[in-house]
Amino acid sequence: MQFYIQQTLNALQVGSVYALIALGYTMVYGILTLINFAHGDIFMISCYVAFFFSTLVISVLAGLPPLVVFVLTMLVSMFFTALLAVVIERLAYKPLRTAPRISAVITALGIGLLLENFMVAFKPVGPAPRFMPELIPNVIYNIGGVAVSNIQIVIIVVSIVAMVILDLIVRRTMVGMAMRAISWDKFTVPLMGIPVDRIISLTFALGASIAAVGGTLYGMAYTIDPYMGIRIGWWAFISAVVGGIGNIRGAMLGGFILGFVEIFTPVFLPASTYRDFVAFSLLLVLLIFKPTGLLGRPMVQKV
Amino acid sequence: MSGNGNLLTVEDLVVSYGSIQALHGISIDVKPGEIVTLIGANGAGKSTLLRSISGIVPLQKGRILLDGEDLRKVPAHRIVELGVAHVPEGRGIFANLTVTENLKLATWIRKDKSKLDADYERVFKVFPRLKERRSQLAGTLSGGEQQMLAVGRALMTGGRLLLLDEPSMGLAPVLVQEIMQTIRAINAAGTTVLLVEQNARQALKIASRGYVLETGNIALAGSAAELMNNDRVKAAYLGG
Repeated sequence: MQFYIQQTLNALQVGSVYALIALGYTMVYGILTLINFAHGDIFMISCYVAFFFSTLVISVLAGLPPLVVFVLTMLVSMFFTALLAVVIERLAYKPLRTAPRISAVITALGIGLLLENFMVAFKPVGPAPRFMPELIPNVIYNIGGVAVSNIQIVIIVVSIVAMVILDLIVRRTMVGMAMRAISWDKFTVPLMGIPVDRIISLTFALGASIAAVGGTLYGMAYTIDPYMGIRIGWWAFISAVVGGIGNIRGAMLGGFILGFVEIFTPVFLPASTYRDFVAFSLLLVLLIFKPTGLLGRPMVQKV
Repeated sequence: MSGNGNLLTVEDLVVSYGSIQALHGISIDVKPGEIVTLIGANGAGKSTLLRSISGIVPLQKGRILLDGEDLRKVPAHRIVELGVAHVPEGRGIFANLTVTENLKLATWIRKDKSKLDADYERVFKVFPRLKERRSQLAGTLSGGEQQMLAVGRALMTGGRLLLLDEPSMGLAPVLVQEIMQTIRAINAAGTTVLLVEQNARQALKIASRGYVLETGNIALAGSAAELMNNDRVKAAYLGG
């Protein structure tokens, strides 16, 4: 029993990171029907921003309370990652807005490769895996035979808080309404006096900053390297599709499902190396029986 | 240039879609307080003219002036801010948003937030059905109600010039009458209207002036009464 509780906690931890990244895929798809394949690498960059900033802060401003360092690191990572995503959108995707969709998808793949290889070539980063400095001193509690670390709790709680905030932004604010309106009919939105390009930029910024929440949290628990965004990005993308791409709550649900797939695969199958097989099989089976994903609505024919 | 007293002036407008020219240099004007109608067959260029006024289709040659201000370099969302409210063909409501959210979105550019409550009241007074259905998804409304929402939304932008593209399309005859009376009431309350209609008879009934568009050119222009008694208009658009 303890074993399963333990693994469930681990699955929630991993799943919340997938969910945070999946949100960026799903939001961009929702308004542009573009699968932003660079998003996993944008997540990777957010980890490095957190890595460098926290390293700097801890050495220059030694003695700051851990909570302050943690919050600052997350905010800085969110800001710079959002900025990067907006610049990428303006320079690489916007000129292709009227081009065939495949051009934008291939461009996104190219941007991903560019980011990965830039980080490998960039001397202060390089190909070797890194550990982020300890932002919060790791404490492990033993509750009835289940080991729970404070970092694990922080990851799960902060992720859920971030998702609730994002959900409120999309459902309750004018910007969120504008995003949903664009996803329905982007040609009518300017007639409401709404600057569509600015909303698109904001969507990229929001998607990237929530990925950076995930990036900062991820760096507190795992090593980071320039190629990390590929596998994690794919898993987050599958999460978004499983949940129903374009659907915010679907992306969250999908992320947690994929977290359970990752953690429980080695429990039931001989090795953890089967996890990609299980994840992609899940995707294929779902696409056969429910192509719109778990929470996705069937495409409505617009008249 | 702004001394001519027109709210809207269109001069020698040329618009093309790719290599196909849709408007071949047309000129119209709308004075403050008027209802002006554009009538013509499908594909005559009526919708294209409205779209270029509101900036969603770029103009190739000619000028569009709103109160003397050249709109050429102004992006579509700013044109709304200058006072042009466009109800597009097919209504363009956001079916995945509620009625209230649709109306609220149209207040994006409003700076006079204090007046918004009065404006919601005004829209709900003109269209009581929208008030009843305000928390419903707009996609669940009937065609007539969606048209009301589209017009209500345009009113919420606070525009001075209302561009209406086929508001009677797909509506039952009794609803067509109703929407025309509503347009007249909106106009009486101070909003200038440029009305595109295939239902020429209904449009000319409420308009003061009209233009007849044929394959991208102005074929005829005149007062509503003149057009209604014109033999060509009678034969082609009023069913003989």
